[in-house]
Amino acid sequence: MASSAERPLLRLRGVGRDFDVSRPWLNRALERAPRQLLRAVDELSFDVRRGETLALVGESGCGKSTVARLIVGLYAPSRGTVEFDGIELTDPARAADARAARRRMQMIFQDPYASLDPRWRVRDIVAEPVRVLGLARTRAEERARVRVLLAQVGLAAEDGDKFPHEFSGGQRQRISIARALSGNPEFLVCDEPTSALDVSVQAQILNLMSELQSRLGLTYLFISHNLAVVSHVADRVGVMYLGRLVELAEAADLFARPRHPYTRMLLDAVPRLEATGARRTPVAGEVPDPLAPPTGCAFHPRCPHANARCVAERPALEGAGAWRVACHAVSEGRLGPSA
Amino acid sequence: MSGRLLEVRGLQVEFPTRRGRLVAVDGVSFSIAPGEVLGVVGESGAGKSLTGMAIIGLLEPPGRIAAGEILLEGERIDRLPPERMRRIRGRRIGAIFQDPLTSLNPLYTIGEQLVETILTHLDVDRAGARRRAFALLAEVGIPAPESRFSHYPHQFSGGMRQRVVIALALAAEPRLVIADEPTTALDVSIQAQIITLLKRLAREHGTAVMLITHDMGVIAETADRVAVMYAGRIAEIGPVGEVIHAARHPYTAGLMGSIPRVVAAGGAQHRGRLQQIEGSMPRLTAIPGGCAFHPRCPRRLARCSIERPEPMPVDGNQVACWLYGEQR
Repeated sequence: MASSAERPLLRLRGVGRDFDVSRPWLNRALERAPRQLLRAVDELSFDVRRGETLALVGESGCGKSTVARLIVGLYAPSRGTVEFDGIELTDPARAADARAARRRMQMIFQDPYASLDPRWRVRDIVAEPVRVLGLARTRAEERARVRVLLAQVGLAAEDGDKFPHEFSGGQRQRISIARALSGNPEFLVCDEPTSALDVSVQAQILNLMSELQSRLGLTYLFISHNLAVVSHVADRVGVMYLGRLVELAEAADLFARPRHPYTRMLLDAVPRLEATGARRTPVAGEVPDPLAPPTGCAFHPRCPHANARCVAERPALEGAGAWRVACHAVSEGRLGPSA
Repeated sequence: MSGRLLEVRGLQVEFPTRRGRLVAVDGVSFSIAPGEVLGVVGESGAGKSLTGMAIIGLLEPPGRIAAGEILLEGERIDRLPPERMRRIRGRRIGAIFQDPLTSLNPLYTIGEQLVETILTHLDVDRAGARRRAFALLAEVGIPAPESRFSHYPHQFSGGMRQRVVIALALAAEPRLVIADEPTTALDVSIQAQIITLLKRLAREHGTAVMLITHDMGVIAETADRVAVMYAGRIAEIGPVGEVIHAARHPYTAGLMGSIPRVVAAGGAQHRGRLQQIEGSMPRLTAIPGGCAFHPRCPRRLARCSIERPEPMPVDGNQVACWLYGEQR
C-alpha cells in the first residue's frame, strides 16, 4: 500500500449523480410521461494530490458545482466512489470514519452575501466550527483562536463584534475563508470564490488564498468558469462539458497546448486585454440541453472536427502520463496539438 | 456636430436622503461619435450604470439629475417631460440590460413584441413591421427566424434571449444604444458571439454605443475609447489601447494589474501575486475629499487629499490626477 504521502488526498472513481426532474406523479400517470433523469455528472474519475490546486472549469450547467457538493457530502453520488485520504466516504460500513474525514474538509461558496447568517456576529460565525468540533477548551481559548483566524485573513480583531452587513463583498469573503479555516481543514473546496467580487477585490482574495495555501499546506479544489483566474491559481486543470471531464492536464500544458476542441474553443472565446480592436471568429452554438444530451461525444454538434464515429461512440478520457483527453479526433491523430 | 452624437457635460446624479444628499455621479463629461463604441468601466458603485440610466431618463426616484446637461444630436434631453422622453427611448436611444428577461414580456411571443415595438416607433404597416422583425432576428443571428417568431421568451436560451433583446433595442434604428453589462449573465462562448454582434452593428449602422461593463476584456475587444470611473467620477478617458496598455491614472494602472490573464506555459505570471489595490471603493456616504482615490493611491501627493483634480489632457487621454497637474 502506498504511504500516505504519495496517496492522493482525494480520489474520485466513476462518480455520477442523477437528479430526478420528472413531473409530479399524477401528471406522469395522466400524461403517460416517463420518469426523467438529469445526469448532472457522470463517469468522473480524478485525483487531487496533497498540496496542489486542482481547478475544474466549464460553462454553466457543466456540473462543476455538483462535483463540489458531491465531495463535501451535500449530495450523495448515484454511482462511483469518493475517497478522502484512503477513506471511502460513501461506504456505509465506515460512516464514522467518513464523518471524521469530512471534518478535514471545508467549502467556500460563491455568494458571500448568502453564505453568512445576517443575525450572527462575525466572531460567532467564525467560532461556530471551533465549537462544533470542540477545538477550544475554554471561552478565552476560543476568542484567542477567532482573533488569530481574523488576523490570518486580514481582518481586525474588532471586526469580530460586527455583523456581516457592515462589510463589503470582499471582506465578507474573507469572513467566509476565516470560517472555513477555523476547523483546521486540510482540504478546501472553493466554488467560484471570487465570481461575485470586483476585479481589484478578486486580486486581494486570490492572493490571500495562495498565501494561506503555502502557509498552512492546504489542498484546493477550485471551481470556476473564469479561465484567466484558473490559469492563475491552478496546478492542474480539468475541463468539464455536460457533466463529464473532457480534458485533464497540468495547467501550464493545458493553457499552452490545449488538445480537446472544446478546451480550444473556450480559450479562444476569452476576451483578452491584448486583443484591442481584434476581430474574432466566434464559436457557433450553445451548450445542449442536458435532458437530451447528444449521442456519442456530447460536443460533436459544435465540433469542427466531428465525424461519424464522434456521433455514434462516446470517447473515453484517456492518455499517457498526466495528460488525459476524451476525443476521438485527438486519439486517432486527426487533430494534432495546437501551436 | 458630426463628431458628437451624444454629449454629456458635468453630469451630477444625486439621491436626497434624510441624512443629506448622496452624490452618486459627480461631474461626468464625455461624448460619443456615430459608429463609435465607448466603453465605460468601473467596479461596483462607481456610478457607471447610473450614468447610463440618467441618459435614458430612467433614474429611479428619488435619484435625480442635479446638474449638468445631456445632448443627443445637439438637443438637450435631460429636462424633457416624461412623455417626450418616452418617445426618444426606443426610437432614438435603444437599451440592452444585463438580464434579458427584464426586457422581455413573458406573456407575449417575441414576434408580437418586435412588431409592436416597430409599429410604435416607425411609420410602417403591420406587414412591413413583420418583414422588418424577420430581418432583425436574422441580423442578430437567430437561426430560422420565421419559426422562432411565435415562441415565448422562456423558450429561448440565455444567449438567444439576449439576441432578441438586441433586436428589440435596434428595432427603430436608434442612433444611440446603451448596453449595460450585456454579456455578464452569459457564458464565455456566448459572450464572444454577443460582443462580435454589437461591434458589427455599430460599424454597419453607424450607431453610437455606450458599453457599460466591469469586464476589461470585453472592453478591450469591443470599445474604441474607454472611460474608467471611480466613486462617481471619471478617472481617465482615452483610446482603448492607450488606457489599457499605458494607463496614466494610478487607479487604472492598479485595476489593470489586478486582472488575471490566461497565461501559457511557464508564463512569469503563473502563480505569482496579482497586483492588488488595497482597501475598497468608498461608500457614497463617505467619499474622501480631494481626489476620491487618494486614500488607496500608492503615488498620492500632499495636494491630493485637499484639491480635487479635474480631467486634464495627458498625451491624448484625459486624466484626473495631480501627478500630471504640475507639468502644465
